[in-house]
Amino acid sequence: MSRLTRAAAPTAVRAAVGLTVAALVLTACGSGSKGSSSAAGSGSNDKIKVGLITKTDTNPFFVKMKDGAQKAATANNVDLVTAAGKFDGDNASQITAIENMTAAGVKGILITPSDSKAIVPAIAKARAKGVVVIALDSPTDPQSATDALFATDNLKAGELIGAYAKAAMAGKRAKIATLDLAPGVAVGQQRHDGFLKGFGISAGDKSIVCSQDTGGDQAKGQTAMENCLQKASDLNVVYTINEPAALGAYTALKAKGREKDVLIVSVDGGCTGTQAVKDGKIAATSQQYPLTMAEDGIKAVADYAKGGAKAAGYTDTGVTLITDKPQTGVDAKDTAYGLANCWG
Amino acid sequence: MTTAAPPYSTLKEPTRLRRLTAAPTAGPLAALALACTFFSLTTDQFLSGGNFSLIIQQVMVVGALAIGQTLIILTAGIDLSCGAVMAFGSIMIAKTAAEGSVPPLVAIALGLGVCAGFGLVNGLLVRLVPLPPFIVTLGMLNIAFALTHVYSNEQTITGLPRTLTFLGETFPLGHTDVTYGSVLTIALFLAFAYALGNTSWGQHVYALGNSPEAARLNGVRTGRLTIGVYAVAGLVYGIAALLLVSRTGVGDPQAGQTENLDSITAVVLGGTSLFGGRGTVLGSLIGALIVGVFRNGLQLMGVASIYQTLITGILVILAVTVDQLSRKRIR
Repeated sequence: MSRLTRAAAPTAVRAAVGLTVAALVLTACGSGSKGSSSAAGSGSNDKIKVGLITKTDTNPFFVKMKDGAQKAATANNVDLVTAAGKFDGDNASQITAIENMTAAGVKGILITPSDSKAIVPAIAKARAKGVVVIALDSPTDPQSATDALFATDNLKAGELIGAYAKAAMAGKRAKIATLDLAPGVAVGQQRHDGFLKGFGISAGDKSIVCSQDTGGDQAKGQTAMENCLQKASDLNVVYTINEPAALGAYTALKAKGREKDVLIVSVDGGCTGTQAVKDGKIAATSQQYPLTMAEDGIKAVADYAKGGAKAAGYTDTGVTLITDKPQTGVDAKDTAYGLANCWG
Repeated sequence: MTTAAPPYSTLKEPTRLRRLTAAPTAGPLAALALACTFFSLTTDQFLSGGNFSLIIQQVMVVGALAIGQTLIILTAGIDLSCGAVMAFGSIMIAKTAAEGSVPPLVAIALGLGVCAGFGLVNGLLVRLVPLPPFIVTLGMLNIAFALTHVYSNEQTITGLPRTLTFLGETFPLGHTDVTYGSVLTIALFLAFAYALGNTSWGQHVYALGNSPEAARLNGVRTGRLTIGVYAVAGLVYGIAALLLVSRTGVGDPQAGQTENLDSITAVVLGGTSLFGGRGTVLGSLIGALIVGVFRNGLQLMGVASIYQTLITGILVILAVTVDQLSRKRIR
């Protein structure tokens, strides 16, 4: 070892030891204020805090959910704190958010779990500290990992458009393309399964001519549709996981001049998607209600904090088929209703 | 590691080397202190042992990755694959232990070995072909990402044995609970700080980053050193994988997607130069803590998470600006 490094080294090591000691001292000596942090929720005059953790900050579905939560928070006189993952599936950020919100003394946490299984241990820790945890939009696995679930019945959402497509195709031989979400994501699987059930076919049926993942993304939906058209140019029904994927599919069909004779059905009921139904780009969509999920969630936590009972079990926040070309035997509302109740 | 290092004719002034190894941590440390002071004043809950313990738990995975990233950046390289390699390692550890009939310790060894293997391949491609580190690790990012999803079958792995989650458990220190993983991470940082600052290996790494040609002329086996640095970094990613598994309690195929950039952020905020040859691993620890403190503090203040991203971006640009200006002065 040269003389030069020896001169520099002690400085680095001294800094290292100093830093470690400082970290440990800070960690160990914080006991005084620790008491006050755990008492913040109940003892002080602070307003009740409720946390909302969404999958991302950017998806309009979650933006709308946040808006609904904010309105409900104001109405119920509680403080709303929010956090989100960086991308759909970002479990680590959701765990961090749960921990930080628990440290901030929230009374309850509303969460749209990005990974239904991976989030479970973190939720268990928060609940052990007395925080009520309610899943919104999609369940945890097992569902009992949270106190309650406020969500769309995604199987039913799929069934509605499946039944609609079957009625609309009456007398014609269906050749179906499914533009799905991603492998291993429960929401996508449930909608897909629901569609097949509503259409009266089972997985692997030969009327399914193409299945592609889109991640619920418009550009990827377009690519997927282009590839499906290469594979089976005579397809005539397109199931899509959500409306961005449906609009991508429409763009691809239009480029081939097929937009008039292919039936597109979808799920979500966002305002852009509902408008696309009105414009005739999408035949029908199953509308869900993120505002209701958030409002009910906030209210449940506020009630619990004010001495009421804990919310429990599954609450179906409803789903409605929206179309301007109704089929007999399939309950639906028109796009005027859809646009009045859409999100995003 | 050789004991008799050759003399460095190119590094004559002691003050200059000291500046290369020690000085850059002062700025980040001040920034960290400032952030802590700010959040202590603005929120009731920030200044508590439990909260500091929490922040350390939250940054330990990115912190461990940042150690490997620092080593590579010191050689004027970059590693975009670290998060993906860690994800593969974590699935390897979780899957072999939970679903295979492999003893947990063997599963951990497998995970560490596989991560070191990824690092070794990176190093070989960077050195022997040779290819730019950016390209090699960009390719490896995709390879490791895809292998993770294929190998895991897109399924989150639960039901892990306690040996794998032990590092996530806590022991009392004063009135606060500290995880074993936090202690391991800090020990790892101290070990690498010592290795870089006090051994000839460390001095060779700095020399390589400053001028590969000068290092070679002074007898440093630059090829072997480069490959070794990438392999050691890979091994550290394996440790990060174990920390990740112990923290989340599951094997998650979606993990690690932003950690490559997060680790680079920590390194840059810690004052290490992206152009190589200057910086410290302790700086990277401080860099990781700065991000963790902001994320935690802003959450306690009730600020939405998108502002954490905004602030992190501003900090990164500030840090590189400071680096560039001070580098000009040294030259």
